[in-house]
Amino acid sequence: MKHLLSINDIDKEFALTILDTAAEMARVSEGPVKKLPTLRGKTVVNLFAEDSTRTRISFEAAAKRLSADVINFTAKGSSISKGESLKDTAQTLQALGADAVIIRHPASGAAHRLAQGKWMNGTVINAGDGTHEHPSQALLDAYTIRKHLRGGKGDLTGLHIAIVGDILHSRVARSNVLLLNKLGASVTLVAPPTLLPHQVEAWPVKVSYNFNAVLPTVDAVIMLRIQQERMSDLYFPSQREYSTLFGIDAERLAMTKQGSILMHPGPMNRGLEISAEAADSPQSVVVEQVANGVSIRMAILYLFIAGSQESVNA
Amino acid sequence: MPNSILIKGGSIHGATAQDVLMEDGLITKIAPSLEGQFDSVIEAQGHVLLPGFVDLHTHLREPGRENSETIATGSLAAARGGYVAVSAMANTLPVADTAAIVEQVSAIGKKVGLVDVFPVGAVTKGLEGHELADLGSMAHSQAHVRMFSDDGNCVSDPLLMRRALEYVKQFNGVIAQHAQDPRLTEDSQMNEGAIASTLGLKGWPAVAEESIIARDILLANMVGSKLHICHVTTKGGVEIIRWAKAQGMKVTAEVTPHHLLLTDESAQSYDPIYKVNPPLRTQEDVLALRAALVDGTIDIVGTDHAPHPVESKECEWQNAAFGMVGLETAFPILFTTLISTGLMSWDRAAQVMSQNPAAIAGYASHGQKIEVGAPAHITVVDPKGVLVVDRAQLASKSKNTPFHGMEFQGTVVATVFNGRLTHKVGN
Ligand SMILES: [Zn+2]
Repeated sequence: MKHLLSINDIDKEFALTILDTAAEMARVSEGPVKKLPTLRGKTVVNLFAEDSTRTRISFEAAAKRLSADVINFTAKGSSISKGESLKDTAQTLQALGADAVIIRHPASGAAHRLAQGKWMNGTVINAGDGTHEHPSQALLDAYTIRKHLRGGKGDLTGLHIAIVGDILHSRVARSNVLLLNKLGASVTLVAPPTLLPHQVEAWPVKVSYNFNAVLPTVDAVIMLRIQQERMSDLYFPSQREYSTLFGIDAERLAMTKQGSILMHPGPMNRGLEISAEAADSPQSVVVEQVANGVSIRMAILYLFIAGSQESVNA
Repeated sequence: MPNSILIKGGSIHGATAQDVLMEDGLITKIAPSLEGQFDSVIEAQGHVLLPGFVDLHTHLREPGRENSETIATGSLAAARGGYVAVSAMANTLPVADTAAIVEQVSAIGKKVGLVDVFPVGAVTKGLEGHELADLGSMAHSQAHVRMFSDDGNCVSDPLLMRRALEYVKQFNGVIAQHAQDPRLTEDSQMNEGAIASTLGLKGWPAVAEESIIARDILLANMVGSKLHICHVTTKGGVEIIRWAKAQGMKVTAEVTPHHLLLTDESAQSYDPIYKVNPPLRTQEDVLALRAALVDGTIDIVGTDHAPHPVESKECEWQNAAFGMVGLETAFPILFTTLISTGLMSWDRAAQVMSQNPAAIAGYASHGQKIEVGAPAHITVVDPKGVLVVDRAQLASKSKNTPFHGMEFQGTVVATVFNGRLTHKVGN
């Protein structure tokens, strides 16, 4: 496996290897020496054609803890925001000797285009492409769920996860649906019909328009960020109505099972899809997701860059 | 310049082999065997003679976008594909919305002289969908425009469409509609369906096409005018047209070679070589389109030849241009999908590639039967010929073919336009 473009690129066994490796990385991060020499001499490029400080910092921290050299190519002030083509950028990265490129891009499929191999040779890690996928987010979500609900071991068989909100435009939802299914969990999507993809019935999920009915049966709730502009695009009548029907607050949180967790990939719109009370409740693991993100991304970089090297040499 | 051409031993529409002599632009003799001295002889044993192909949907890009195609390169690509007439779509820079522009396109076409280049006039000024273009001036110009289209854009305003249909009646014109409701397809990238949902590419619903088809058929029949539906892509669209024809309503329809063959599954590569407007649909749609072309619901094959420079496709899907070249691969695709499988007869092939398009657009010298006295426009095809598409070999200036590397059966071996050989394999 050279690239991580989609959750479809990894099988269940390898997904579990990533989660297990992330657990080891977390132990390292908690220890006295936070840095591993694994990627010394490797160049990792953060190619962020779309603003996402959180994800970029997370990958950067992960790469640095593995001793890689990190080059940041971000949207603001870089050539990619000035209309330079993906091809030209890729050829620049090739000239820089990038061993891996972490790409965040507003166009679905941008990571695939970079990885097709005609423009550059390095490993491509998809850090979110348009409304397509965000595999590292799904892996960190699975890691977080497993840690809380399965003692950090094995798969997620028997768990029921609700993903709530703008499924249509969510790359997090697409990657999560694929991965949670792979790991044996069942998934219910909760959203107004306007924010569900066409022919969602082809997806391995249940669909509900009734959040309250779903809440008592789930082990984890993943809330998705709702973009302000969706309202003007006629997806729902008002923010108030959206919050009332599909937002989570303390009252709704109280309807969940004992021990269930509340998640959000961030950044949150407090007061829209999630109330401050819910976000800061003991059930909320939002802050922990951020920490887990670094461990998961260390594991991904380790397995896709160093790992592939070792298997070649073996 | 040769003025006599003998095609030896070819079979007209697949019937018994005959020799066909053409002199000074006309077919002069057809007999089992003709002897004598001729300026050129085409050995056509085992080959089939069809009336020269006529395309009603060609983007030649000149004036304004000569980096993707010119009238000269497009004409050569057309001749190689067996075409003797093409219809130059109006979305050039400037737009072909005045007599001056259509006359210019027509004049350059004549100068190149490889095919008849019939300009299509814009329906609305600047293709903007607000005001009627100079329809009458274009019709009465040297270019004698009879077909009008805002292709690339849909004439979505129902009142404007009604007026356009009515207005062109005075010179027996036809409106060729690119059926695409703009509001339902804002930023749309590919067929709306399970694959688009998985890929996270914005969907292009079939209903955006079908609703305009239905509306315009009703409008055209109310005002008694001629409507041609460009590039039908959906099973639903086929069913609406079939229903309308069964009611005795008048409408003609077109299908492209690529919609007869490819599906939205090709988008899974995110390679924008498959990005086209209207989008590739599902296998169910492909089969419905094939059946419709055979049974007469769809009248013609139109290439929607849409050249684009490399950089327009070497990028992310959503930033890439819509369109693919098609003149040089149209017949091989038709043969492979429908003729070789026995679903379509040679007579029907002659209709959909030549006779029907010529009749729809009123190209009087084209689409005639291959018989003595008819203009010498003949396409010679080899049913046993094999084409492995190589984009580097295309005559078109642009190489944006989705068929690169694909193998087709059925090739165009010679094209005679106005009694002149404009294409011959090996030359
Ligand atoms: Zn069109």
